[in-house]
Amino acid sequence: MSYLELLKLASPEAVVVLTALVVLSIGLLARRAVSACAFVACLGLIISIGAILLLPSNKTLFGGMLVISPLTSLFKIICLALAFFTILLTQAEKSARHPGEYLALILLATVGLMLLVGSEELLMIFIGLELLGLSLYVMAAFDKTDVRSAEAGLKYFLFGSISSAFTLFGISLIYGMTGTTGLAQIGAKLATTTVQPLLAIGIIMTLVGFAFKIAAAPFHLWAPDAYQGAPVPSAAFIASGSKVASFVVLGKIVLIGFAPLHGGAGWHAMQAGWSPMLAALAALSIVIGNLVALAQSNVRRLLAYSAVAHAGYTLIGFVAGDREGFSAALFYTTVYAITLVGAFGVVGVVRRETGGDDFPNFFGLASRSPLLAGCMAVFMLSLAGIPPLAGFFGKFYLFSAALHADANHALLWLVALGLVGSFVSLYYYLLVLKAIFVDAPSLALARPIDRMPSDFLQQATVTILAAAVVYLGVLPNVLASRILAAIP
Amino acid sequence: MIAWTIYLTFAGAVLVLLLPRSFARWIAVLTTIGGLALGATVFVSTPIADLTQFTTITRVPWVPALGMNYHLALDGVSLTMVLVTGISAVSTVLFSWDVEHRQNEFFFWLLLVVAGCYGVFLSADLFLLFVFYELVIVPKYFLIAIFGSTNKEYGAMKLTLYSFFGGMFVFVGVLVAYVSGGSLDLNQLSQFEFSPQLQSWAFPVLFLGFAVLAGLWPLHTWAPTGHAAAPTAGSMLLAGIVMKLGSYGALRVAMNLFPQGFQMWSKWIAVFAVIGIVYAAAVALRQRDLKFVIGYSSVSHMGFVLLGFATANALGVSGAVLQMFSHGVIAALLFAVAGRMIYRRTHTRQLDALSGMNLSRAMPFAAFTFVVAAAASMGIPGFSGFAAEITILIGAWKTYPVAVWIVGAGIVLVAAFTLRALKLSFFGEKDSEGEITDGTTSNREEFNPITIPEKIGACMLMLTTLAIGVYPKLLLDRIMPAVETMRFLK
Repeated sequence: MSYLELLKLASPEAVVVLTALVVLSIGLLARRAVSACAFVACLGLIISIGAILLLPSNKTLFGGMLVISPLTSLFKIICLALAFFTILLTQAEKSARHPGEYLALILLATVGLMLLVGSEELLMIFIGLELLGLSLYVMAAFDKTDVRSAEAGLKYFLFGSISSAFTLFGISLIYGMTGTTGLAQIGAKLATTTVQPLLAIGIIMTLVGFAFKIAAAPFHLWAPDAYQGAPVPSAAFIASGSKVASFVVLGKIVLIGFAPLHGGAGWHAMQAGWSPMLAALAALSIVIGNLVALAQSNVRRLLAYSAVAHAGYTLIGFVAGDREGFSAALFYTTVYAITLVGAFGVVGVVRRETGGDDFPNFFGLASRSPLLAGCMAVFMLSLAGIPPLAGFFGKFYLFSAALHADANHALLWLVALGLVGSFVSLYYYLLVLKAIFVDAPSLALARPIDRMPSDFLQQATVTILAAAVVYLGVLPNVLASRILAAIP
Repeated sequence: MIAWTIYLTFAGAVLVLLLPRSFARWIAVLTTIGGLALGATVFVSTPIADLTQFTTITRVPWVPALGMNYHLALDGVSLTMVLVTGISAVSTVLFSWDVEHRQNEFFFWLLLVVAGCYGVFLSADLFLLFVFYELVIVPKYFLIAIFGSTNKEYGAMKLTLYSFFGGMFVFVGVLVAYVSGGSLDLNQLSQFEFSPQLQSWAFPVLFLGFAVLAGLWPLHTWAPTGHAAAPTAGSMLLAGIVMKLGSYGALRVAMNLFPQGFQMWSKWIAVFAVIGIVYAAAVALRQRDLKFVIGYSSVSHMGFVLLGFATANALGVSGAVLQMFSHGVIAALLFAVAGRMIYRRTHTRQLDALSGMNLSRAMPFAAFTFVVAAAASMGIPGFSGFAAEITILIGAWKTYPVAVWIVGAGIVLVAAFTLRALKLSFFGEKDSEGEITDGTTSNREEFNPITIPEKIGACMLMLTTLAIGVYPKLLLDRIMPAVETMRFLK
């Protein structure tokens, strides 16, 4: 393996790193060059997508440290696209201080996502996690003028570093018991050995670390503050890109690495393994996320708790434990990420124009900006699972996969819980829409959002994302069949 | 061709949203007339023999990996429902002619509901049917919460949550049928033999889910509140066609897929239906708000539909389908009078207040319409309500003679509350002096005359109920053969 060939195969990541450096230096040289930085960053992401398309379709390097397969390529592209839209969102922020540094952080976090997605080896996964995490901690605390942002960053950092410690601990135990860090080799080893307590601890620790990343209850406590306090683009990225990559990796770890220890999560038929544990996480997330979201009066906080619930739904796909379940979970989380970036885009505009993101700030948005209101309706209803939007198909796919997985509908209890959860969720999503469409605007805010150039960009971004949500709902086959085909 | 009802209505909805507001109501009326015309053309041109089977119109692969198809089909039952959707939709738009506030949005939501209803009635794929079914829920929320009246936000939320609550059960039933039957095609699934053990629990889940929307007692409470809170157009659509989505789904999906489950539970359906008929009629007798009276009467009439289903014989079920048509027309007419003709002009729906206004002189046309609607609603021979209910009762006589006796008593109650509402609202004898204090609306000369669109809409509905009442064979000839091919009758 020559270095030149390695560089070729790792060219997408290399392009993004280089772009990050270029953006950083532009930021240093010209402090006010906000749009130049963003332009270069977006260009870099597009080039990186192009580089992915040129890669060979299947290649495994260094025992899984760098894997190129249709699945990794697809999700690298999705992560890059999410980063692209996040960068577009940054252009709406009023006080863009240190734009170069901020964008460079987004790009570095994106590299972390790509490493996570494109690796089937525990050490590399951990490096990816850390690169992603460290960039996101700084991004969350980036708004130095806002005390909430500092709180968000600190909380995210504290919880994140502890969970990293858990993950590392778990990984080290697994390495100790199996003698390897490659997921495929771990899977082969586990198939032949009996489970010892130490190994069980290793698996649990690893899963706990990831449960933190995806904000599954009871490891979700950082999420509300991070979503509410962090600058809007940071929150969007934490909610979207980081989620998607974490789910891809978690899926790979449990379905490739721990495959022999699946166990069973059927009602009255629990068998030891990771699937009852994930089922418990899913059930708890759905219940806690949805119930606590009911009581929120801040839209970002509401989105955070609903994110907990959505992590629960997505986990149901992993509990099913087969190819179809994995594909359904990935479809769902992708759609969810697109939806949340869009929703945060709307929240960003409202926040800039009205100075906050509580319900009263949204009053009368329908008359102030029909376009944004319509887009927000699309996002909220997709999250609630209303057809013909993508979230509805995602839920149908997930739940049908979960029922398919076991004979006798063993996972029906989890599906039923998920459905009750989405019934509850409709109420609070409708509350957001009620604020937008039904409640009269308070007088101070009753002016149309002016159309500045950057505002046009923002509106275009949000509209494209809303269109994507509708498109994926009406023609889900476009994405669903790709994901299904990419999973071996 | 009938598939174009769906596309046309969706296209109309999008156009309404995009074009300037002066076009909105014209696009809406043209779209709905187009839908009705398509339905009527197919009704006239399709030979009755072609309507016995659920015949495919369009079938395009949608998500092949999951076996989903965009699959539309038509038989006598769905054609009847498409027709009533068309009639209600046109009259609804006519009665919304003077909506000024956020007009584009109003007609957008309204057309979305109509398009979703067309979709449900024509779907032959379980997933597609469910998509259209759930699609209708949210527009209803906005129609009521933005444009409604009394306690609108509460009524809208209650109605939406109830609908979604039912939808949740339907979701479970759909998933179970899909996973066990291995297909989403309704025709294939209705051939599949589900295990009796599965049917015994899957049927009530699915049926209950649909029945929430059909106003099954005791899950009916959303209906009166929702109807009262909704704008006139909302009540007309809700009572006219949206409630029928529930009963249609119960028939087409629940009963057709799980016939053995249906056999097991049909007795209970009959019990709940009879309680619903009598209870709702009794409650309606005590209401003070005219719209609540009509709202409860809707629940009572939908009870007949469910009773017809429970009979499990061709006559009873066909009567139920006819009742779905008939009630769609009559409820629309009643709500039109109460919401548009009376409430818009007097700004009250309280029967006590209305009885002092001597409305029969102030608005003779409205009084005439209401008399016709009330007669049809009471089941006076010559109107469609009579034809439908007598068919159901003959069917029920074969299976549940006791139920017929109880319902017979219920019909007296229906007549009682209808006459009471009629008397208090239009032919009140109270002296107007002491009752009305503000003095602005008490003077009958100040009421605006009934407008032309209102007259056209009312005449259309009245003629329909009369035509079907005089010649029910027109529909029954198409409904009966289609019902007879359904599996649950065996």
